[in-house]
Amino acid sequence: MPNVISPDGSIRQDNWVVVPRPAEGESLDIPADQPALIPADLWLAGYEHFTGREDIGVWFDSHDEPEILDGHVNELPVIAVNFPKFSDGRGYSIGRLLRERFGYVNELRAIGDVLLDQLQFMKRCGFDAYVLRADKDITKAQKCLNFFSQGYQAATDTDIPLFRRRAS
Amino acid sequence: MYVYDEHDRQMAAERVAQFRDQTERALAGELAEDEFLPLRLQNGLYVQRLAPMLRICVPYGMMRSDQLRRLARITRDYDKGYAHFTTRQNVQLNWPALEDVPDILAELAEVEMHANQTSGNCIRNTTTDQFSGVQSDEIADPRPYCEIIRQWSTFHPEFAFLPRKFKVAVNASENTDRAAIQVHDIGLQMVRNEAGEIGFRVHVGGGLGRTPMVGPVIREFLPELDLLTYLEAVLRVYNRYGRRDNKFKARIKILVKALTPEGFAEKVEAEWQHIKDSPTRLTPEAIQRIQAYFTEPDYAELDNATDLLASQRFENRGFDQWLTHNVDTHKKPGYAIVTLTMKKTGTPPGDVSDKQLEQIADLADEFSFGEVRVTHQQNVVLADVRQDRLLELWQAITPMGFGTANLNTLTDVICCPGGDYCALANAKSIPVAEAIQRQFDDLDYLYDLGNIDLNISGCMNACGHHHVGNIGVLGVDKKGEEFYQISLGGSSHHDASIGKILGPSFARDEMPKVISKIIDVYVDKRTEEETFLDTYRRVGIDPFKERVYA
Repeated sequence: MPNVISPDGSIRQDNWVVVPRPAEGESLDIPADQPALIPADLWLAGYEHFTGREDIGVWFDSHDEPEILDGHVNELPVIAVNFPKFSDGRGYSIGRLLRERFGYVNELRAIGDVLLDQLQFMKRCGFDAYVLRADKDITKAQKCLNFFSQGYQAATDTDIPLFRRRAS
Repeated sequence: MYVYDEHDRQMAAERVAQFRDQTERALAGELAEDEFLPLRLQNGLYVQRLAPMLRICVPYGMMRSDQLRRLARITRDYDKGYAHFTTRQNVQLNWPALEDVPDILAELAEVEMHANQTSGNCIRNTTTDQFSGVQSDEIADPRPYCEIIRQWSTFHPEFAFLPRKFKVAVNASENTDRAAIQVHDIGLQMVRNEAGEIGFRVHVGGGLGRTPMVGPVIREFLPELDLLTYLEAVLRVYNRYGRRDNKFKARIKILVKALTPEGFAEKVEAEWQHIKDSPTRLTPEAIQRIQAYFTEPDYAELDNATDLLASQRFENRGFDQWLTHNVDTHKKPGYAIVTLTMKKTGTPPGDVSDKQLEQIADLADEFSFGEVRVTHQQNVVLADVRQDRLLELWQAITPMGFGTANLNTLTDVICCPGGDYCALANAKSIPVAEAIQRQFDDLDYLYDLGNIDLNISGCMNACGHHHVGNIGVLGVDKKGEEFYQISLGGSSHHDASIGKILGPSFARDEMPKVISKIIDVYVDKRTEEETFLDTYRRVGIDPFKERVYA
């Protein structure tokens, strides 16, 4: 059961399972008794079957195009974005696009190589649930989410850049 | 010059606290080496051959005297009493201890300085022309736009882990490009449209390194209010589609080339359409607010001191040479722009001692409203000197070693720290610079040769900008031995071009002689008015090849 960090640093547990992309010719191995995150394109391929289900969410890999879900994002209870390596920054753009362009309002979860010092960026880019890599000290998440009290730019967390706040 | 408000101060202090915490976790073993690496790089901290190296940001090259004095103190307290001016208008310390770096950052923050994003795969310090605001041929002062970009790019949450480093440069002069914008990831040339409105011509995908390229234009006119949304669109396209599988193909120039400039521009336009009217769009008030920090200093109403200078020059040949080469025309009558050269033979180009930093601070206070600018040629500019005090200034700086009247000549070498300091280097660069400076020690001969950019890099990373030197020197490693490859015909100015490789490389002790032969060909072939670059472009590389490899 993963520990899930919230933007305020608090920690909860849930039982969402990330279902890996099946090998060529294999089918999706969705657990019967747990909510599952499946590759986004496969959710779309099985749209009739999956849409509206509270126990099925999707995940994107960092090279995936979130554009494929345009118009459908809010049919999903959870969307996860995988950071295959913490230094792969594509997930930040995916997060912002899902929130700011496609208007996604439900949970946006960071999975994969999620480390403490990247949480602050994920938070600003619209992620509101973080599954920290298991070997990292989860008690330090709250501190690492809150080093900064403000930012210069607009992002998902605020659409008012500092230059507009200064003017008001 | 820009002055922090409470927001800037707060974020600077928060950044110091964050880096202190990160350093403590790294020293405690909670962060693996590869996890700490990008965190320390985004704070300018390299681990080098001999010690860590800390690159301190000098936003678009501007510094105040109190900042120079603080740097001097830091080099004394935490380092070996000297610093190095880099080719991107920043300052480097070569010997700080890792555990001291948070304290150094705290000391810097007290004088509104930092080391944010001076390295790592993020948006780096925005650079510009060192003569901004004091030259008569600029569209507008580019520094407020650089500051606007600095604020937008600082801790940008989406662009902290780009495929590779990202450098932006802005130029505002219509006739000169001292910022070398066409060899940057984004080069912004300020322009006015037919309606007289200010905007930018946008070059994307220039760069040096392993695949040198001159950046193509992807937008002819970008209105000033759209600056940040457009940059955000370019960066988003790059962040999503730039290559991450191969470090040497990860710069934006490779993406632009792969998509073609037209294809890349289309992708950016499509992205931009979604965000161009977002709150990130600048407002006239926001620009004016930053411009208000860059108003003119309290100039005296003066006439040009033409007669006085003429008689002073007549009486003093050294002053005459210095005035000709190291002093430029100011937009304001009675004032002049002075470049202090940090290129005294025998001193590594760009190196300054703590004492010299304090001397420069004193000179700035005494002669130039307390401000200086660092140039990408690793010199320091006093931008607002009264003409009637130039002689006094020259007399003051000559014993300090800042008066060598070799600006823009062959011995005004651009040079990276090279194998003496840098872990990436294949070869030493400083001794090559010095040997060439010693070979060409006759100032009259240097003046006769005219402007020649000689740029030296110790490796492919091209910190010494060798591709765009009229003469470029690149250190290479051949089976463990240091050799030097020469290229000719590069330029970083408006007529930007990438130099062509002359042929097989040379051992270090051959270098002064080889450079002499190249210069001899120029002297033989040139017509009256031609610069080195003109002659090279007319006669081509063959005559040089024949002489050098004869």
